[in-house]
Amino acid sequence: MDMAIQPYGSRNGEPASKKCGTFSYLPEMDASAIRKQVDCAVGRGWNCAIEHVEPYRANEHYWYMWKLPLFGERDVNVIMNELAECRNACPDDHIRIIGYDNNRQTQGLSMVVYHGRE
Amino acid sequence: MSVTTYDAGVQEYRLTYWDPEYAPKDTDLLACFKITPQEGVSREEAAAAVCAESSTGTWTTVWTDLLTDLDHYKGRAYAIEDVPGDTTCFYAFVAYPLDLFEEGSVVNVLTSLAGNVFGFKAIRALRLEDLRFPLHYVLGCGGPPNGMGVERDKLNKYGRPLLGCTIKPKLGLSAKNYGRAVYECLRGGLDFTKDDENVNSQPFMRWRQRFEFVADAVKSAEAETGERKGHYLNVTAPTVEEMYKRAEFAKQLNMPIIMHDFLTAGFTAHTSLANWCRENGMLLHVHRALHAVLDRSRYHGIHFRVLTKCLRLSGGDHLHSGTVVGKLEGDREATLGWIDLMRESFVPENRARGIFFDQDFGHMPGLFPVASGGIHVWHVPTLVSIFGVDAVMQFGGGTLGHPWGNAAGGAANRVAVEACVQALNEGRDVAREGTEILNAAAEHSPELGAAMETWKEIKFEFDTVDKLDAAVG
Repeated sequence: MDMAIQPYGSRNGEPASKKCGTFSYLPEMDASAIRKQVDCAVGRGWNCAIEHVEPYRANEHYWYMWKLPLFGERDVNVIMNELAECRNACPDDHIRIIGYDNNRQTQGLSMVVYHGRE
Repeated sequence: MSVTTYDAGVQEYRLTYWDPEYAPKDTDLLACFKITPQEGVSREEAAAAVCAESSTGTWTTVWTDLLTDLDHYKGRAYAIEDVPGDTTCFYAFVAYPLDLFEEGSVVNVLTSLAGNVFGFKAIRALRLEDLRFPLHYVLGCGGPPNGMGVERDKLNKYGRPLLGCTIKPKLGLSAKNYGRAVYECLRGGLDFTKDDENVNSQPFMRWRQRFEFVADAVKSAEAETGERKGHYLNVTAPTVEEMYKRAEFAKQLNMPIIMHDFLTAGFTAHTSLANWCRENGMLLHVHRALHAVLDRSRYHGIHFRVLTKCLRLSGGDHLHSGTVVGKLEGDREATLGWIDLMRESFVPENRARGIFFDQDFGHMPGLFPVASGGIHVWHVPTLVSIFGVDAVMQFGGGTLGHPWGNAAGGAANRVAVEACVQALNEGRDVAREGTEILNAAAEHSPELGAAMETWKEIKFEFDTVDKLDAAVG
């Protein structure tokens, strides 16, 4: 590969330089890749939840909940459909999916799946 | 009482302290020692001697023994076992009544169990292999000031290992140049940077200037990336007053985390600092300078699993654990044993991992093991498969040595870790498919590609000095 020194392209105030947690350094996942992560969360017995927020508030702890966490929902199709519905309703927002691990009281999974417009 | 009249003189320890019929109580503090006796000393006598000298006994009978209920206070050596494949030494199990120890004081426990007895002439070498703290004792200790769950919540980082980098050269940088190195690492995608343990407050960089420039770097990187960042500001100091002063200043700068060396500073200072962190909402990263002096010999000293348990009770949110794969000593199964002791609420006896006792930590939070020492992107798949996601991967040269600089190095580290976690969640065998996973990720990340090219030849494959006994054979 070309080992010539490259500048690190990141700038303050530029939306593309803003990162949003786990997997934000990988290329945006397509639906099938997102589905695999949701499969994993469901398989580990975690409860999925969907949250969204205006991009300028992305760094805050509390985003808007989309309805309520999908407690006990084992059908990945239902979860994927909720994601799509949330995106239709809030096309300009960041949207993340969370896997709540209620035994350890932590989020086993938290990933932004759609990036809104700034 | 077993003794009713005073009979001056020296008697064999085993008459009082060897009790193979004894069934340990839930409230007893249990210890496993590896004893190498002097020639001609029986195992029972050596075990009883260690028990006596670490509890109520001394070399001769004294009349004041009769003023107390020795049967209540004395330790009891209750079992002896062979060390697999080694006839020069044996394991002795000792039970100590809880009343022998001040509540909440690992200082007091170690002063008894790892005190004078280690210089005792009747034994050639002595190693404290493991301790079982009764739950009653555990819950009298403060423990981690925050714990893993709270740290993830505060930093808003979930479902992946946290990533750090120790700034190098470890000595000699000015505060402003040092802050530059911090900023570059953090903007590249790392969560933390770290003071090297040797960095305290030397003439080339006094602590206050370092704290100020580092705080500036942390805030700039947070603004640029939108993520929460931290730098382990080392508050290890010559006096506790100075330690507190540095910790207070870190808090004043709104920094989320500080660090401390628990062994060189001592457990008293460390426990006080952990309490301060709990009171002040500060995360506490714990370094372990001095540990290898105590734990590396197979025959003498204190095993790291004991130091780990003591630290968890004393308090800390991160503790260096070794990596298995990097430049520093660490057997895989033994490492898995002590990272369980950091993270789990109950760790069952497991001789294959060197765990001699069930250990219940009750509601005491767990802490993050820190995999640090000579690691780089090629190690990431193995590290993710050994440690899982609840760990800190602490790079150094593996970030700073990137041919394009620290930001590119940090990005390479972050991409490698995220790619491996994604694969892990998809059910792939990350250790086996590591090369494939990294190659695929590098297609989208020239930073990772350059890191892989730079370190493709570097491995650390010396044999481990301190092997688990079962593995020696």
